[in-house]
Amino acid sequence: MGKTLAEKVWDAHVVRRGKGAEPDLLYIDLHLVHEVTSPQAFDGLRLAGRKVRRPDLTIATEDHNVPTIGIELPIADPVSRTQVETLRKNCAEFGIRLHPMGDDEQGIVHVMGPQLGLTQPGMTVVCGDSHTSTHGAFGAMAFGIGTSEVEHVLATQTLPLRRFKTMAINVSGKLRPGVTAKDIILAIIAKIGTGGGQGYVLEYRGEAIEALSMEARMTICNMSIEAGARAGMIAPDETTFAYLKGRPHAPQGAEWDKAVAAWRQLRSDDDAVFDAEVDLNADELTPYVTWGTNPGQGLPLSERVPDPADFADETERLAAEKALAYMDLKPGTPLRDIKVDTVFLGSCTNGRLEDLRAAAEVLAGRKVADGVRMLVVPGSMRVRKAAEEEGLDKVFKEAGAEWRAAGCSMCLGMNPDQLKPGERSASTSNRNFEGRQGKGGRTHLVSPLVAAATAVRGTLSSPEDL
Amino acid sequence: MEPFSKHTGVGVPLRRSNVDTDQIIPAVYLKRVTRTGFEDGLFAAWRSDETFVLNQEPFRNGSVLVAGPDFGTGSSREHAVWALMDYGFRVVISSRFADIFRGNAGKQGLLTAQCEQADVEQLWKLLENEPGTDVTVDLNEKTVQCKDFLTTFDIDDYTRWRLLEGLDDIALTLRHSDTIAEFEASRPSYMPVTTPR
Repeated sequence: MGKTLAEKVWDAHVVRRGKGAEPDLLYIDLHLVHEVTSPQAFDGLRLAGRKVRRPDLTIATEDHNVPTIGIELPIADPVSRTQVETLRKNCAEFGIRLHPMGDDEQGIVHVMGPQLGLTQPGMTVVCGDSHTSTHGAFGAMAFGIGTSEVEHVLATQTLPLRRFKTMAINVSGKLRPGVTAKDIILAIIAKIGTGGGQGYVLEYRGEAIEALSMEARMTICNMSIEAGARAGMIAPDETTFAYLKGRPHAPQGAEWDKAVAAWRQLRSDDDAVFDAEVDLNADELTPYVTWGTNPGQGLPLSERVPDPADFADETERLAAEKALAYMDLKPGTPLRDIKVDTVFLGSCTNGRLEDLRAAAEVLAGRKVADGVRMLVVPGSMRVRKAAEEEGLDKVFKEAGAEWRAAGCSMCLGMNPDQLKPGERSASTSNRNFEGRQGKGGRTHLVSPLVAAATAVRGTLSSPEDL
Repeated sequence: MEPFSKHTGVGVPLRRSNVDTDQIIPAVYLKRVTRTGFEDGLFAAWRSDETFVLNQEPFRNGSVLVAGPDFGTGSSREHAVWALMDYGFRVVISSRFADIFRGNAGKQGLLTAQCEQADVEQLWKLLENEPGTDVTVDLNEKTVQCKDFLTTFDIDDYTRWRLLEGLDDIALTLRHSDTIAEFEASRPSYMPVTTPR
């Protein structure tokens, strides 16, 4: 019997097969580090007198805490400042490359890795951040880990892991104009639920996936964790190779040819069997938005706020009741009538150049509605620079949006970019949890196109409403 | 890590599904660089509501949390485990846990006992009818007991063994340093390093 893509990558990284109930020991090719989930791990190393085994497979940046305005100044919040300074000290002490605030390569860890060409097909990639699944877009096996595991990887460059099950997500057909990768993944999560992928590695495949750019593929893999899956993958192809070629850390010359030859083997065999399969037709898809407080509570924008009484499952009904109370929404309200006061364009889900381009195209010659604040936060300083070279910053500023520096920003509000209690956002980020973007804040997850159209109209909208 | 074999403590019924790690501890509490003191962030938003279960007297000192399905979804923050443990929880019972949360809990000695949803419902009833009732969780036997109600729970054998022995993962892995070095020597030459070119 053939192997799935995930099984191939797994098998190529087994340092030691576990005996009986023991997990396999897996080698880790790339370890990304940021300021929030690493301080206690470095402390653990110091306490045990351990070193970082492979600083040359480790790279750090500052993203979660960083302010997106006044980045040349010291961070005002002393606790955030301490955390960032602690990362700097730890990286210096243990010999790890760091891209700090102000550096050309600084940005969200999952935007930085791919743009440097460090994320490549067939690799194992980890980071103390659940959205590490992003890197699966390259055919890498990439997943988030906790701080104890961060310490484990720093000390040993390996992780003990139990084998995942595999799930194929077959997306057939062709996306209609105005429908994006974000809508595909929101539709998948709405279909399988926030626990649907639990214990699985998802492999996104099919015509609609193959047609996507690398940036769009990253958007999809990024939100695998929102379906409960630790990792999501897409088989590498010509689109992947074209994206990687010439990047700072991509192989060069004869090594490039050798790498591409190996990467071409990285696809699920025709006779491979998945533990589960899910089908979605892209032809029928329209823009999706979330109405509730978990990413599985989403619907097409053309629908209405659901009535909890219509949920057959008791747990889902209770969850919907609590969500509507928190979101201050009434059953039956058309989703298009929901008014927002904030629009956030950014994050590791939708903070890349294509996302900014898509939103700018909608905003060009238009204005952000009165009473709406729009934040545009590029995923990295390199994305910011590239956008400025194309004049996108001018489009955003002329429309009345705020053009910021790179970081995680309002996706999780660890820096000053937060919603106030009762404020409502349309956000291109990945989580609509209670209080995620600020205590008492309400979040609707949307694509960059819907975000831009919503900014113009002040209510949840798609570009065709303009 | 302290070995874990059996724990008895006040059970806390948390009638919610999809308790994500942002609810367990909001991001603003993640800025500390120390390993302790995260109890103040535990369920921070919900604790400002007087009617929240942990604000009810007998539940305040609970140590066995009984929650709805999909507990610990979302962010990988291990702070969620630290916050639960710093507060005093030793066991979480649910019918389904998010993978990363469950892994983190196993590293720290917080037992995640997976029960059938029907058993969770039964525990909720018992704990709500008589607030302050103890729940006993026995890792050797893989059982949960509350008054006369006795049921079993699932946990993988390896995590169970590590918890029972209180073993440190890193020390276990470092026993295989030679095998790791051997593997390293066989990696393809085209794989990237992070040192600047």
